[in-house]
Order: sequence, then C-alpha cells, then structure tokens
Amino acid sequence: MSLWEYANPQKFTRTASALLPYVGGLAALCLAVGLGWGFFLTPEAANFGSTVKIIYIHVPAALMAINAWLMMLVASLIWLVRRHHVSALAARAAAPIGLTMTLIALVTGAIWGEPMWGTYWAWDPRLTSFLILFLFYLGYIALWEAIENPDAAADLTSVLCLVGSVFAVLSRYAVNFWNQGLHQGASLSLDKEENVADVYYQPLLLCIAGFVLLFVALVLLRTRTEIRARRLKALIARERMG
Amino acid sequence: MIALLVRDLTLAIRAGGGFGLGLAFFLIVVVLVPFGVGPEGEILSAIAPGILWVGALLSCLLSLDRIFALDFEDGSLDLLATAPIPLEAVVAMKAVAHWLTTGLPLTLAAPVLGLLMNLDPAGYSWLVASLALGTPALSMIGAFGAALTVGLKRGGLLLSLLVLPLYVPTLIFGAETVGRGADGMATATPMLMLAGITLATLALLPFAAAAAIRINLR
Repeated sequence: MSLWEYANPQKFTRTASALLPYVGGLAALCLAVGLGWGFFLTPEAANFGSTVKIIYIHVPAALMAINAWLMMLVASLIWLVRRHHVSALAARAAAPIGLTMTLIALVTGAIWGEPMWGTYWAWDPRLTSFLILFLFYLGYIALWEAIENPDAAADLTSVLCLVGSVFAVLSRYAVNFWNQGLHQGASLSLDKEENVADVYYQPLLLCIAGFVLLFVALVLLRTRTEIRARRLKALIARERMG
Repeated sequence: MIALLVRDLTLAIRAGGGFGLGLAFFLIVVVLVPFGVGPEGEILSAIAPGILWVGALLSCLLSLDRIFALDFEDGSLDLLATAPIPLEAVVAMKAVAHWLTTGLPLTLAAPVLGLLMNLDPAGYSWLVASLALGTPALSMIGAFGAALTVGLKRGGLLLSLLVLPLYVPTLIFGAETVGRGADGMATATPMLMLAGITLATLALLPFAAAAAIRINLR
C-alpha cells in the first residue's frame, strides 16, 4: 500500500468516487454549523459591529487561496519528477478553485473594508499581493488552455508554477517594502499567545475545516472530471482511427 | 556564443521593426501621460519615476515574442537546441541580445524622457543606474515567458499575461530607487534588491527557459 497507487487513474477515480460523498458531506456539515454558529450565535464585536462576521468567509478563503497554489506546486513537482498524469490533472483542477478563493477573499475584504477603512480598495501589501496572486492564477490557467498537447501543457504549466512560486514570494516581500499596511496583522497563529477571542475562534476553526474539506472535495471532483474528459478524448480518437 | 550574439544583433538591427520600435513606443507612452494627467509640473515629477519605469517595461514587452518565435518558425531553434553549446547558454545569449537592442537603448534614452516628465534633477543618475541594473532582469524574465509560449500560434497576448506579474518585484524596486533618489533619500536597499533580482534571474531562469524550449521542441 503506497500513496503512488493513486497515480493509476482508474484507482484514483474509484477512490475519489467513494470518498466524494463523505468529504463533500463533511464539508457541508462543517460549513453549515460553522457559518450558522458564526453568523447567528456570536456577539457583535465592540468596534466592528456585525461586520466582524465576514471573517468566517474571508479568512478561510484567503487561507485556501494560498494553499491551493501550494498544492498546485506540490502536484507540479510530482508531475515533473514522477510523470503521474493524475498529478498534473489535479494541479490543473485546483487552479480555478484557487482563483475563485482569491476572488472571494478580495471581494469579501472589499465589502468589509468599505465600512471599516472607508474604502473598498487600498494598496495595502496584503491586498496587493492577493491581486498579484490572482494574476498568477489567471496566467497559469490561460497557459493550460492555450496549449493543445496535454503533456506539453502539463510540463510548461509545471515550470511556470515553479518559477511563479518564487516570484510570488518575492512579490510579497517587494510589496511589503513598497507600502505600509492597513490590514491588521495575523490574528490566528499557532505560535502566538494572543489570538482572536475564543467566541470567534471556535466557529472560525470550523469554517476553516469546512473550506479545506470543500477544497479537497472540489479537487477530487474536478480531477475525476479531467480524467474522464481525457479518457473520452482518447476513445474518440481511437474511434476515428478504427 | 559570441557568434550567436552577433547574429541576433545583426538580425535585430537589419530586419527592422524590433530595434527602433521599442524606443519609439517608450517615447509615445511618456508623451501620452501628460495628456492624461495634465501638464502641471508637480504632478508629473511626482509620477515620473513610476511612468518611466512602466514605460520601459512595456516597451521591453513589445519585442519579447521575437526572441524565439522567428527562430522557431524557420527551424533554426531546432539547430540551436542540438548545437554543441548548451541550450541554457543559447537562451542567456538571446536574452543578452534582447537587452542590447531594447534595455540598453531605453536606459540611454530615459534621461531625455525624464526631462519631459519634469523629473527631479537628483533622480537622473538613479534613473539611469536603476534601468541599467533592472532591464537585464526584464529581458531574462521575458525570455522565459517567450520560451513558454514559443510553440503557440497567437502567443503574444498570453505572453504578456504570463510575464507582467513576474515583472512586479523588478518594477517595485526600480521605481522605488528612482523615487527615493529624486527625493534625496538613501537608495541602497532597493538598489541592492534590484541587483539581487537581476543576478538571480540571470543565474537561474536560463535553466527554466531552456527546459521550456525543450518541451516545446519535443
């Protein structure tokens, strides 16, 4: 039993199909409970009012926006080293999800920023680096779409993902250097004593778990779709030959 | 390698289009800006470092797709890939040729355009220095983008979508250097960062670009 067994598309599809209802169901449960708890059962914060509740979508989405890219990076590396097609397809499947998460984080942040900072958008380092991340996702997806040969597309997007990761980190620090921040610091770290107050902390953790599970479910689903699409293409090609 | 450099330079100069065009584009961008924001000297000198850097960046972008596309079409890229010198060196030389035909003229022309933009006198030397230091990175990153899209029929637009986000750090440190220089502040930090980016891209990106070309030639 090794992880690489799932590099077999058939095995992957079978396992993914078996797992999907559970992961999806658990994600729905976590999100329903977490968001319900967060929205209706937590008090309004003293100086934020009810706007504090956007944290339950904003923070998990932002977290997943970054982690989706990390997952793509790992999947790209696996593709480059071990040439497992499932890995390349998983990276391809994750990109639009990451793009959506980035967009959610940006939009919820803007909605929150209007009453709190008095502006929808500020050229704050965090906001700016998310916008840059958004552009990276766009470029990555566009490159996948543009190349017809699936292997070449997987190779080139993997190289782009590797180089892009370096530049994304570099941009993050360059942007930090360029402008001082308006965004509050991290309020949720494992290594810090003081985090966001417990009332908000627990539902937030549940929401984060929900978003992670949602991401996993969507990646499984979309990778399965990609595998099936690839197989369909192969079948059609064979039909035409015969 | 030198022969390759000379060949690319001669091609760029004699074939027309690429060489002067980037410079003309730079001029036009900088001339258009005052029409957009108004002729007040103060506003212009405040935005001058940014506009000059963005203009240089855009005109660098114009000629990127020519780095490999022409050689790919007529098959000489295949020959270069099988030549005795490593493909990484070919890529690096191509980037150098691109820099000599776009980055260097841009750097030399920038002070004149700085005059048009009412740049603070203290900023001129920093403008030239930062462009001289930063534009090689632009050429090298651009060569990587061109290598990714070399096999595509209409890669031009995609190329800019891929390359422009990668230009962000260079642009930030470059414009910051000029801005600080014009305000009379210390410029060592952004200057060092700019040099770091250029050296790192020159050292590492030829490998990524060569890998991309090998995939595209497969």
